Amino acid sequence: MSKPYYDPSDLRKFGNITDWSEALGKKFFDYYGKVFEEGALSAREKSLIALAVSHVVKCPYCIDAYTQDGLKRGITKEEMMEAVHAGAAIESGATLVHGVQMMNKYEKLSM
Amino acid sequence: MLLKSLKKRDNELANAKRQLELLSNGVFRSGELPTFGKQLESLNQFPLKPKSLEILQINVGYMCNQVCAHCHVDAGPDRKEIMTRETMQQCLDVIKKTGAHTLDLTGGAPEMNPDFRWFVEEATKIGVKDFIVRSNLTIITANKKYYDLPDFFKKHNIHVISSMPHWTQGKTDQQRGDGVFNASIKALKMLNAVGYGMPESELKLDLVYNPSGAFLPGDQAALESDFKKALSSNFDIQFHQLFSITNLPISRFLDYLIASDNYEDYMYSLVEAFNPAAVNNVMCTNTLSVSWDGWLYDCDFNQMLELKVDSPVKHIRNFNKEALEKRTICISQHCYGCTAGAGSSCQGTVT
Repeated sequence: MSKPYYDPSDLRKFGNITDWSEALGKKFFDYYGKVFEEGALSAREKSLIALAVSHVVKCPYCIDAYTQDGLKRGITKEEMMEAVHAGAAIESGATLVHGVQMMNKYEKLSM
Repeated sequence: MLLKSLKKRDNELANAKRQLELLSNGVFRSGELPTFGKQLESLNQFPLKPKSLEILQINVGYMCNQVCAHCHVDAGPDRKEIMTRETMQQCLDVIKKTGAHTLDLTGGAPEMNPDFRWFVEEATKIGVKDFIVRSNLTIITANKKYYDLPDFFKKHNIHVISSMPHWTQGKTDQQRGDGVFNASIKALKMLNAVGYGMPESELKLDLVYNPSGAFLPGDQAALESDFKKALSSNFDIQFHQLFSITNLPISRFLDYLIASDNYEDYMYSLVEAFNPAAVNNVMCTNTLSVSWDGWLYDCDFNQMLELKVDSPVKHIRNFNKEALEKRTICISQHCYGCTAGAGSSCQGTVT
């Protein structure tokens, strides 16, 4: 079998992106760390948002990371799946709302 | 669901030497990950030395009514190793003279030792500050002869510490066996009924959380708050503290890690989460572990790996505090379990 594009062990090397651009890499990880701290939203709520977004952007590394993060926080599988559906609903809604554009165009071009 | 211990199944991981070999091979042999010893060397903390003895943890036997998937003791109904009254007497003699403020009874299910109640009564007379019994909860409901355990604990002012991996039935039973969750809830209600775990009560009831899988525990305070909310609103159950404990890669948990192809990733998680601040407070620096047959170990995990203390004094009958405090603590890669994140010990996090 040919090599896959995604290698699960690459997630461990995420920090290496700083090697080729220290200033930007550092700024990104500082920002990333700050975002997920306890704030007006709890770290638990942010973990579920991250899990939903991970699915929407279809990032296998993020899905691995935030499934594990959820388990650590005691988040249940029912909560995780509901978060995935929340992401999926917005994504499919975003597709379907373009249907209005299609309808508008259709009406404009039709006699 | 597991029904038999690794030992009964003749599994190669029932062999302590084999476990230690595994823990030193692979990613550690190749140098991909630093050994625990190397990690300590880089902090100038090698060899690891004990401070003064504060906790005497006595394992009164490996027999248990449960066969938990993650058990580092490989305990179960088929384990026959049980501490005799003679060894208990040797422990009592030591408790009298050590000055350790905490006595911690564990197992197996310590209550299954036929001399358990005698031992508790005798040890209470000596008077230690904190007398812990690690109860798996289900033993209280397992048989009529155990129904009065909450009253017995209360009478001797025992500090009860019990395991509970999650506030949902599915995750608890998956780790600890079918029916364990409901039996545990029933036992917690019995303990609450006599005053254990109530907000202002001096009858201490703490819970231990172990992750039910190949991941590290999350923040202890956040988990405690979630457990309290769920147990109180769903079952009207109260408890004091939650101790989150990392699963160490030995015995049945090691078997699970290897069988589920999670071993390497788990070791990476432990090493990546290595916290130098946790090294200063690892429990082997203030605890001694005594096995059912009276041998001395740096901790309960080393007991299961058959790593006796590195000291001329190796048995409770020859106990000598000064000689033992000069020893060097035995380590291997399983020790990463106690230094990951906020650290881990039988008393929860250490930082």
